[in-house]
Amino acid sequence: MSNVVSLDSIFGLGQLAPPEVAPAAASGCSSSSCGSSDGPADMDPAVWDKVKNHPCYSEEAHHYFARMHVAVAPACNIQCNYCNRKYDCSNESRPGVVSEKLTPDQAIKKILAVAQEIPQLSVIGIAGPGDSLAAAGKNTFATFEHLQKKAPDLKLCLSTNGLALPEHVDTIAQYNIDHVTITINMVDPEVGAQIYPWIFHKHKRWTGLDAAKILHEQQMLGLEMLTARGILVKVNSVMIPGVNDEHLLEVNKAVKSRGAFLHNIMPLISDPAHGTYFGLNGQRGPTAQELKVVQDACEGGAKLMRHCRQCRADAVGLLGEDRGDEFTADKIEAMGVVAYDDEARRTYREHVEAERAGRNASKAAAQAEVQETVGVEAEPILIAVATKGGERINEHFGHAREFQIYEVGPGGAKFVGHRRVDQYCEGGSGDVDTLDGVLAAINDCTAVFVAKIGGCPSKSLADAGIEPVDRFAFDYIEESALAYFKDYAERLGQGVVRSRAGQDAVIRTGALTARRA
Amino acid sequence: MAYKIKSAECTVCGACEAECPNIAISLKKGTYVIDPAKCTECQGQFDSPQCAAVCPADCCVPA
Ligand code: SF4
Ligand code: SF4
Repeated sequence: MSNVVSLDSIFGLGQLAPPEVAPAAASGCSSSSCGSSDGPADMDPAVWDKVKNHPCYSEEAHHYFARMHVAVAPACNIQCNYCNRKYDCSNESRPGVVSEKLTPDQAIKKILAVAQEIPQLSVIGIAGPGDSLAAAGKNTFATFEHLQKKAPDLKLCLSTNGLALPEHVDTIAQYNIDHVTITINMVDPEVGAQIYPWIFHKHKRWTGLDAAKILHEQQMLGLEMLTARGILVKVNSVMIPGVNDEHLLEVNKAVKSRGAFLHNIMPLISDPAHGTYFGLNGQRGPTAQELKVVQDACEGGAKLMRHCRQCRADAVGLLGEDRGDEFTADKIEAMGVVAYDDEARRTYREHVEAERAGRNASKAAAQAEVQETVGVEAEPILIAVATKGGERINEHFGHAREFQIYEVGPGGAKFVGHRRVDQYCEGGSGDVDTLDGVLAAINDCTAVFVAKIGGCPSKSLADAGIEPVDRFAFDYIEESALAYFKDYAERLGQGVVRSRAGQDAVIRTGALTARRA
Repeated sequence: MAYKIKSAECTVCGACEAECPNIAISLKKGTYVIDPAKCTECQGQFDSPQCAAVCPADCCVPA
């Protein structure tokens, strides 16, 4: 059995090429104090305890722990204008789309097999590809029931649209499912009618305002019932420009007042090729700044989560890294009986605890230094970081499939999101179109931190006003960002650099599922 | 008097199977089929055929 490896080796520190065997290195993500990672300081300790090792909910945990979704729930009870369930393609990476549906028995086998291979595994979720509570939630609960017996140390969670939630709250509590995600896109049926053409409820298909009204009432009731039982609830909202963008502030208020602990605002993924109603009708998704404006406005409401990459419903591995191909049904059948042993995962968790404590101290020191030299008034800037995890700047510019965006200023360095890009160096030589795509994706950033970068892209970045920075190669992201900001603020004061305030960037559709070629 | 599933459009999601009051729908060789001997079009049980009302692909139709 694989045993505990140091974080650095897990994340491929010091390697520029994607490692072949390290379990969690292909795309990675790092950093620590991403908005909701502040932990005990601004979060109820009981809540923090529940979420601290949960990669979907704690922005700190998603760097160290893995979650896995099993696709046992293909049926759905509502139709959304951003979803087309007929479309099922393995190149796809929208939520709700999986290439392989599993029976509960297959799912259990898969989970146990993965748990033996990946000690970081801490969460098992059921999110679809339909709705986990449609069709009476039969497959979902059958899976959880077995799992609770066979692997009691794994956390369980589920995602739902909320329509059938109230009738299942007692069952959810009984299986000790302590995390539920509800997708709530509106609290006003007028808005809802533009998003949901129909729902199936109480043996009937409902349309228009009636449908949206029922859905809204069920969602609010379900949310209240869960929080009343002490079950953590996260709310996901899909931001649809012109339909619910400003309305999301009201959603944020409504869900916070009912006890949701996190509110995750995701951009609409809209592409005519997906065949969704929105895709076919030219409804666009938000730009990076539009998304950030809404997320910022909701900050201080229910805590916002920004690291979500809209993973596929069957994603395996650290968030953003899809190792699903290694665990297909055929391969799992071939594995025979899988023994279960939680020793490796326990040791790994202890190791992470120790590492986190050291990091918190060094970040606080770096921030204090900035406040001392720059003051507390300076405007924060955005920095794009090429990383494959471990909270370090450890990716080559040309190998990056995504950039992590940090906002850094006197208030500290905080993770605010991801930008997907095409790999600039795919196949060995950089190509100009891809580089333009990268520039568009990080156009609102002042600098890009990389482990290494070639002369050519380096020049294009500088011409576009984005400073390529490789002097922090392999260092921790947040400390480096603060050091850079200190230097930047001085240069800004001398008029050597110009502020990039007001720039916007393009959000790439599709989630990041870094498949190894 | 029975419904049928247009198999070319069916996504094999199983939503219809869970709703049928007469256990008329089952998975046969990888696709869902309706047993016409069991299907009552839901008459006397519900206002509308349940499979058709729930199907996301709108592929449950009168035979
Ligand atoms: S019409 Fe009613 S009885 Fe017939 S298959 Fe559909 S759900 Fe079952
Ligand atoms: S509900 Fe429709 S798509 Fe789903 S299995 Fe039944 S016939 Fe097929």
